[in-house]
Amino acid sequence: MTDTATTGAAGATRATAAQAGTAPPLRPQNRQLLILAVLVLLAIPLPLILPPAQGAVAVRILIFLIMAVGWNIMSGFGGLFSFGHAAYFGLGAYTSAYLLVEHGVSPWVGMAAGMAVAAAVAMVIGYFSFRYNLKGAYFALATFAFAEMLRLVTTSTDAVNGAVGYQVPLIQGSSVWQLQFPAGSPAYFWIALVLAGLAVAVSILFRHSHAGRYVVAIRDDELAAASVGAPVMRHKLLTVALSAAITAIAGAFYTQYYLFIDPQLAFGSSVSIEAIVTAVIGGIGTIWGPVVGAVIVGSLSDVTATLLATPPEFLGFLQGRSGLDVILYAVMLILIVRLMPKGIFGTLAGKISERRRR
Amino acid sequence: MTATIDSEPRASVNLAVLKRAGMVGVLVAAAVVFALLKSGSGIVVWQSVVTGLLTGGLYGLIAMGLTLIFGVLDIVNFAHGAMLAVAMFISFGVVQATGLHPYLTMLVTVPALFLVGAAVHRGLLSGSGGATLENQLLITLGLSLLLENGLLMFFGAEPKNVTLPGETQFGVFGAVVSGSRLYAFLGAIALGLLLYWMLQHTRLGTAVRAVASNGPGAELVGINVRRIHTLTFAIGAACAGAAAALAVPLLSVTPTLGEQFNITAFVVVVLGGMGNVVGALVGGLLIGLVEQLTTIYLDGQSSLLGVFVVFVLVLFLRPQGLFGRRT
Repeated sequence: MTDTATTGAAGATRATAAQAGTAPPLRPQNRQLLILAVLVLLAIPLPLILPPAQGAVAVRILIFLIMAVGWNIMSGFGGLFSFGHAAYFGLGAYTSAYLLVEHGVSPWVGMAAGMAVAAAVAMVIGYFSFRYNLKGAYFALATFAFAEMLRLVTTSTDAVNGAVGYQVPLIQGSSVWQLQFPAGSPAYFWIALVLAGLAVAVSILFRHSHAGRYVVAIRDDELAAASVGAPVMRHKLLTVALSAAITAIAGAFYTQYYLFIDPQLAFGSSVSIEAIVTAVIGGIGTIWGPVVGAVIVGSLSDVTATLLATPPEFLGFLQGRSGLDVILYAVMLILIVRLMPKGIFGTLAGKISERRRR
Repeated sequence: MTATIDSEPRASVNLAVLKRAGMVGVLVAAAVVFALLKSGSGIVVWQSVVTGLLTGGLYGLIAMGLTLIFGVLDIVNFAHGAMLAVAMFISFGVVQATGLHPYLTMLVTVPALFLVGAAVHRGLLSGSGGATLENQLLITLGLSLLLENGLLMFFGAEPKNVTLPGETQFGVFGAVVSGSRLYAFLGAIALGLLLYWMLQHTRLGTAVRAVASNGPGAELVGINVRRIHTLTFAIGAACAGAAAALAVPLLSVTPTLGEQFNITAFVVVVLGGMGNVVGALVGGLLIGLVEQLTTIYLDGQSSLLGVFVVFVLVLFLRPQGLFGRRT
């Protein structure tokens, strides 16, 4: 919403006029892609610097990031508030785990298959929801119901191991094709980094593409967009499919990293909530919001875990208790929605661009 | 959506509602007959129907508060289940500390939840920050996470139980019913009627209905809309408090118990029509039945699956609820 793209052509020309002689400013998407490239390059040496425990946190942050980028495309850019992204995360996880365990298919192929399955399911759910004109809270409840249905069906279907779930078979040594490395290997981080970088890049390109502009226009005023000829249904379906496919990547990678998946981990409502909270804390509808949110939410549980393992004097009564990390991010969620509804990144970006304009 | 809360005694509307109720009745009868054919045992089906209806009363009671809040304030309260859990812990704590009869803890849980509800509305939801639908969803979601994990942190995850003194079993034409279940059902019906009476026949209830049907209009005739909003939210929360005291002997008390009731309560609210208190009670009974019959229809599947299937069908086909009018 607060993207630099919206500053418009007038601002751009004025800027060029002011700095006559220097190179013209980059187009917004190119600038964002450049920032992304710098961020990815800066992150590459991280697993070699960080101690192993923090390395695992870094990988978790990247998984959160992919999930939140996926959620943000549908609910931020598209304005379709999803309460059931666990469905797509779980479909990605289960498709790749099923193909790997039952048929020995490479997780990469499984990931692609999972993306296709998630996108197809999202389009079916989306088609019926839009066809019957579900809006706002009703749409959120419907997405939630579908995620829960998937959880219940996988829990009681023996063909996918029911409540037991899947354990990824261990291999000797490491293999990129099998997406498996010794525990604590930096390769996990690098692969997650590439996937997360691609996800953010797709979200940047989508936001500035023709389709992305249509989607935002439809979000802001569906009737107006339809009346000037925007194909509403097609673009909504495109949005949910893209969002689901990106979220499925996170699910497939999660399975490979933790070597285990079960219905609760894949389709549980806490997965949907994590995707929402991450994007909202960072900033709904911005490119960098999910990135900022993932860093905060992903590292929070590690911070609280160390805090509770050796608590300072006044927090002694909390030793060995669980739930503090969720409490902290719940409080953060409420405060951010109340005080800075554009999220941390959105609010800061707004402040900065305001100052620049002055 | 909110039109159902002021059920004007117009003959045509009543007729439509009656017709609708008749259709629902026929559907339920067909479902029961089908279950009979599937299981082949009358007593099994009868037991399911009785259990389903009794559990459904409880669902209805929990959903009543939710539907009231939705109908009047247009807020989807994701924290309703968590509030129920808080009330359960209060009830459990009071029973543990004083040895009071579980049902009498209502004297504590109802005022306590009333205050919680008022505080939540004034502190978090009223004003500009709580204006948009997305923000309300996110705030109540955050609140539910906060309450659930607060309970988890202070009381731990191990389930706690309260036993009803003098617990007995009743036979209802061959079906076996535990006393606590029956009392909870009767209590739910009584509270539902009380709430309905309050909405229809008191000054406060009239004001609540006025605000629900037209906020600015109510403001013009001198109703303090913000106050009514806070009171309604508080009453909705108090319903969860009453439900907790009635249900505490039936369930094991855990921090996350609200989650499952939250889901069911949403289904009931949509089924009964958002804002329709009597609809919520009827919807609760129906969902209780659906849950029980699912276990007969689909061997080995969770009883919640049927609930979700009904939910999605209702969302798609009759989003205004079974008894609501299309707006």
